[in-house]
Amino acid sequence: MQVHFASILLAVLVSASSLLAQSAPTSGNKKFPLRIHGFLLGNYTARTADAHPPGEEGGRFLWADERLRLELSGDTAKGNLSFLFKGDLFHDAVTNKVDGVVREAYLNYSRARFDVRLGRQIVTWGVGDLLFINDVFPKDWSAFFSGRPLEYLKLGVDAAKLHVATPALNAELVVVPFFEPDNLPGPERFFFFDPLADVPNRLLREPATTSGNSEFALRLYRRVFKSDVSLYAYRGYWRQPSFRPDQLPLPTQLRGFYPRLAVYGASGQRNLGDGLLSVEAGYYDSQDDRRGTDPAISNSQFRFLVGYQQQLANEFTLGAQYYAEVLTDYSAYKATLPSGFPVQDRTRHLLTLRLTKFLKYQTWKLSLFNFYSPSDQDALLIPEVWHAITDRLSLTVGANVFAGRRPTTFLGQFDRNDNVYVVLRFDF
Amino acid sequence: MLRSSLHKCVPLGQMALLLFSPWVPLHAQALPAEEIVARTQQVLFYPGNDMKARLRMRLVSKEGSERLRELTMLRKNLPEGGQQRYFIYFHSPGDVRGMTFMVWKHPPRDAERWLFLPALNLVRRIAANDKRSSFVGSDFSYEDVSGREVGEDTHTLLREETLNGRPVFVIRSVPKDERSVDFSYRLAWIDKENFVLWREEYYDKRNELYKVFTADEVKQIQGLWTTVRRTMKNVQNGHHTEVTFLEVSYNVGLEDSLFSERYLRNPPGRWIR
Repeated sequence: MQVHFASILLAVLVSASSLLAQSAPTSGNKKFPLRIHGFLLGNYTARTADAHPPGEEGGRFLWADERLRLELSGDTAKGNLSFLFKGDLFHDAVTNKVDGVVREAYLNYSRARFDVRLGRQIVTWGVGDLLFINDVFPKDWSAFFSGRPLEYLKLGVDAAKLHVATPALNAELVVVPFFEPDNLPGPERFFFFDPLADVPNRLLREPATTSGNSEFALRLYRRVFKSDVSLYAYRGYWRQPSFRPDQLPLPTQLRGFYPRLAVYGASGQRNLGDGLLSVEAGYYDSQDDRRGTDPAISNSQFRFLVGYQQQLANEFTLGAQYYAEVLTDYSAYKATLPSGFPVQDRTRHLLTLRLTKFLKYQTWKLSLFNFYSPSDQDALLIPEVWHAITDRLSLTVGANVFAGRRPTTFLGQFDRNDNVYVVLRFDF
Repeated sequence: MLRSSLHKCVPLGQMALLLFSPWVPLHAQALPAEEIVARTQQVLFYPGNDMKARLRMRLVSKEGSERLRELTMLRKNLPEGGQQRYFIYFHSPGDVRGMTFMVWKHPPRDAERWLFLPALNLVRRIAANDKRSSFVGSDFSYEDVSGREVGEDTHTLLREETLNGRPVFVIRSVPKDERSVDFSYRLAWIDKENFVLWREEYYDKRNELYKVFTADEVKQIQGLWTTVRRTMKNVQNGHHTEVTFLEVSYNVGLEDSLFSERYLRNPPGRWIR
């Protein structure tokens, strides 16, 4: 199937290249202008620790790939009908496999107050910086922790999106009939905490594609007193699986599933002083475990964040955020947690700090992003240097440095996965 | 004195009307410095009710290495108080292609700015106090692109002279809040007849010349004076940026609703091509 898919993608790329040869990249047919762009990417991430996960993929390199991105887009003369295709053809040097992936592929139709977008699309909501509360759409945390470019953190959903714009209110409704989970770091390439590591027999089932199982996400937004204010509602699933053992204390099999979730929230963002203030909150209603007594399913929780960003000096910006997750039904959680499992605090606090400095007419960018949790006592530090060698060619060098007092906390469990990455990108 | 108080009462957006109204006598020599600067701002940043232009920016280092940015700029003047909206779509280079940028300018309050990153489908607001930051890595600051509030500086008419055969005012502008900017003062050479800004010199905190703006090609488009080629040169490090307005049209009928998050995320094909 994968090879088959790769050959289809290759065929698209080849036919696109022949089109490219016939016409200038930015022109095309006047009635339906077609644009062809993309990039070549080399992305290599090496572990800095000597310990490697067992197995074929646990080598010195956590990630290594060469990749061709092809981006086709076009629209009609009036511009109300458009399409976008973004696909990657890549060679995974760790497994030595060639494969392809369609990142985005959609049709967009706009008319007066309506936009309809059909197909695979990336949707990003909320005001957090690498912290997501009302952005309930799938993410690739494995890519993020592997030193891949930031755009790979977001995964597309096969969905229909309707945008309605009125002078009083804007609404975005996303209907997702095909469930897409988060891509989490797996045991092939990462060390992490797994309380049931001794049970390799696992059966993971995604919600079936039926009309009753479709996900709905709604965002309403408008300006209120010079602020951008949004309200959100979501009905769908946790994107990280829960596992239920067939028996305790000695399970032989784990059944994995995605419990139902509803999220209700709000966000606001505005200029404040010389900087920018961001506030976001959400209530996660864990619908399959409302009383919090099922240890396999995450409890309902409140999440909120407040962030402030300001330029401190020329081309030097500081951003800081405070984020918290508060479990409801904490006593039920504690009472039903199986023995031997690490106990989570009622409130998980997280602080982030981002420093960004541009140099030499923005051909150099030095940045530092830091997650630190005072309650979990763990951290992730991401220093990065980006340099535009020319308009088309750029080089990025960075690192993911995990730290933690305990191997069971969210970031602390990745302590042995520190890595250094290099990304070379050529745009066309 | 009368004129200066008049200026305070009349919103900037109506200044152009005032300028061309036949019953207002146009004795340029009698204008106070502040009003000369206000009229220059009108000519440079406010012509027409709206504007659509394709811009090419050449960023050239001292050694001669060159970078290019190409973008479409849409601008609309609102009827009140010098308010404006800007919408910018980047065509190149590749790493910013498809990015859009929106400014809501409502003097004297800080402008609001939004940036859309298509790869992440992410709309981000940009902090308010970065108006002197470089615009897309060029020698122009955000403020050089969308205009600096007249009231932020104290303006003095130094002299009148001729520059390249044109009669000009030479005006010195000193920022009222020196900490908010990267210059200690500016000198501007402004055409006495059409208020075109021909040359501007920026002096750094040590009072040494460091940036020079020149209008390299100025012509009338739809009867409005337009600087179609301009350069900002950093004379201290030899870097310069040349901006060419490739296609300019005024009064094209941009709708207010264009300048919104909806179009930031879904750029309007018919306007940005």
